[in-house]
Amino acid sequence: MEEVFTLVVATLAATLRVATPLVLCAMGGLFSEKSGIIDVGLEGKMLMAAFFAAATAAVTDSAWMGVGAAIIAAEALALLHGFACITHRGNQVVSGIALNILAMGLTVVLGTAWFARGGQTPPLSAGERLNPIFFPVAGDNVIVYAALLSVPVTWWLIERTRFGLRLRAVGEMPLAVDAAGISVPWLRYRAVLLCGLFAGLAGAYLSIAQNAGFSRDMTAGQGFIALAAIIFGRWRPFPAFGACLAFGLLDAIAIRLQGVKLPGIGEVPVQLIQAMPYLLTLFLLAGFIGRTVAPKAAGVPYEKEH
Amino acid sequence: MNRWVGSLISVLAAAGLAAVAQAQTAPIKPAVVFSTGGKFDKSFNEGVWQGAERFKKETNIAVAEFEPSNETQFEQALRRFAQRGQDPIIAVGFAQAVALEKVAKEFPNIHFTLIDSVVNLPNVQSVVFKEQEGSFLVGMLAAMASKTGKIGFVGGMDIPLVRRFQCGFEQGIKYANPNAELITNMTGTTPAAWNDPGRGAELAKGQFDRGVDVVYAAAGSTGLGILQAAKDRGKLGIGVDSNQNHLHPGNMLTSMLKRVDLAAYDSFKAAQANQWKGGVQVLGLKEAGVDWALDKDNEKLITPEMKAKVDAAKAAIISGQIVVHDYMSNNSCKS
Repeated sequence: MEEVFTLVVATLAATLRVATPLVLCAMGGLFSEKSGIIDVGLEGKMLMAAFFAAATAAVTDSAWMGVGAAIIAAEALALLHGFACITHRGNQVVSGIALNILAMGLTVVLGTAWFARGGQTPPLSAGERLNPIFFPVAGDNVIVYAALLSVPVTWWLIERTRFGLRLRAVGEMPLAVDAAGISVPWLRYRAVLLCGLFAGLAGAYLSIAQNAGFSRDMTAGQGFIALAAIIFGRWRPFPAFGACLAFGLLDAIAIRLQGVKLPGIGEVPVQLIQAMPYLLTLFLLAGFIGRTVAPKAAGVPYEKEH
Repeated sequence: MNRWVGSLISVLAAAGLAAVAQAQTAPIKPAVVFSTGGKFDKSFNEGVWQGAERFKKETNIAVAEFEPSNETQFEQALRRFAQRGQDPIIAVGFAQAVALEKVAKEFPNIHFTLIDSVVNLPNVQSVVFKEQEGSFLVGMLAAMASKTGKIGFVGGMDIPLVRRFQCGFEQGIKYANPNAELITNMTGTTPAAWNDPGRGAELAKGQFDRGVDVVYAAAGSTGLGILQAAKDRGKLGIGVDSNQNHLHPGNMLTSMLKRVDLAAYDSFKAAQANQWKGGVQVLGLKEAGVDWALDKDNEKLITPEMKAKVDAAKAAIISGQIVVHDYMSNNSCKS
């Protein structure tokens, strides 16, 4: 019995570890999407942040400098996205994909040029990483708590503040916001910058908290899974958080089920277990979620009438 | 005037002779196409790179290199090198076998060396290793070092080659401690599994949660995450291919050495001496192609008793008294 208990606790801890970057990305993406800016570039922001976090931490021997660099890197990409989509009213999906490709290439090129390790950064020692605070076994570093905290904060900002009200309005009907004398671009820029902040934290988590160094493409599609979580959560913070946890739990279970003989079934093939998150995604999308309603103005550049 | 012409002719002749002499020892133009794990994976590819570097230093001959970013680039890279007249060309990793077979047929005069797989062509030298023998030895060490009697294995991509590591490891564990239990995980089923340290770390932590205290990482760059997880949790890790003991001194029990550096170096050396031969080379303990690592970083973890037992088993394998079953001989870990 005790063994089962430890296994359950360990699986939950693993869920939280795996879900942390998803949660941060989803909350960041929420701000952006709520304001009407679709953000396919979450993945690229996270990857760039992960690289700069590890590179800076390796050079300065300080994890916190790494976190700072990660946020700056992600914000730079966020501003670029904003410049293309808000100022110049470019296609938001195209800009996002361009950011992803940019990040994928740039991290490896810079990494090879600076560290000559095939795109990896040097392995980080304990002092250059964010270490667990209370439970070394669970891996509860400061960013995990930040991710947990980000959910109510996001909810409060979006649902309970004047800024949030305007943000939602600008995502639904920017014309009305503009007519009320509030700057649409400035609101959207703030949303995009908030998104960069969260994506930066998620990237730093990947390279200097969960792992000890950057390796190429280490985000491995998690930015897109976070996007899926936003859609599952119907653009609301707590349901999106739940979706992230569900993905994390599936992953944690998949890892632990490998090679385990289940009573009555026998050993489950690895391939089936690894396909489970995707099967569940299809299943959920097809049946459970129903119609999802995106912010009306999402993806539509706002053009001021003259 | 005549004297001038005469000396001019003799100078030209000398220059011509020198040119001929140079052509005879014409420096070879070796090249390496790495695998998707990347040149500095601290493991398999890096071993080949070390061999190439050693050759470079000793002979001052430049070695052309290519690091593919995905597996579709293998064929292009091999063909490009062959077209440029690079010879010999080393292809690193089983994943290049198909591409290499195609390109080797197109360029029958270029010599190719394939590491970790077999292509039967006259201009291809295939170097494969008896990973099961080296894994057997580190399996024994794992079983002797484990306090819980539970030992973990995390492989990269789920392919027969990795199963061969796992199977040899399991045999070694059972040989040293028949009651020990082995928990096996594979990182994935695509080549991306060689380059996913985050997932590797999670798999290792999952094993630690189930009581494992020694983990063997046979997963290329993914292994870096696995060994990091072992260090973070205060467990023991076993490295693979190159000597990885230096990664986390004190938390690295040993490394299963696969001397790909020797394979690369020998291939270049043979080509330089015009003694390059096609065919299949199988390198095991006997040929010093595989081994286990003992150095200052792990000597405190290896007791004299452990060393004696492993050395005895090593001698027995070399003499043929112990036969380590090869997973790939029948695609099963049961002989």
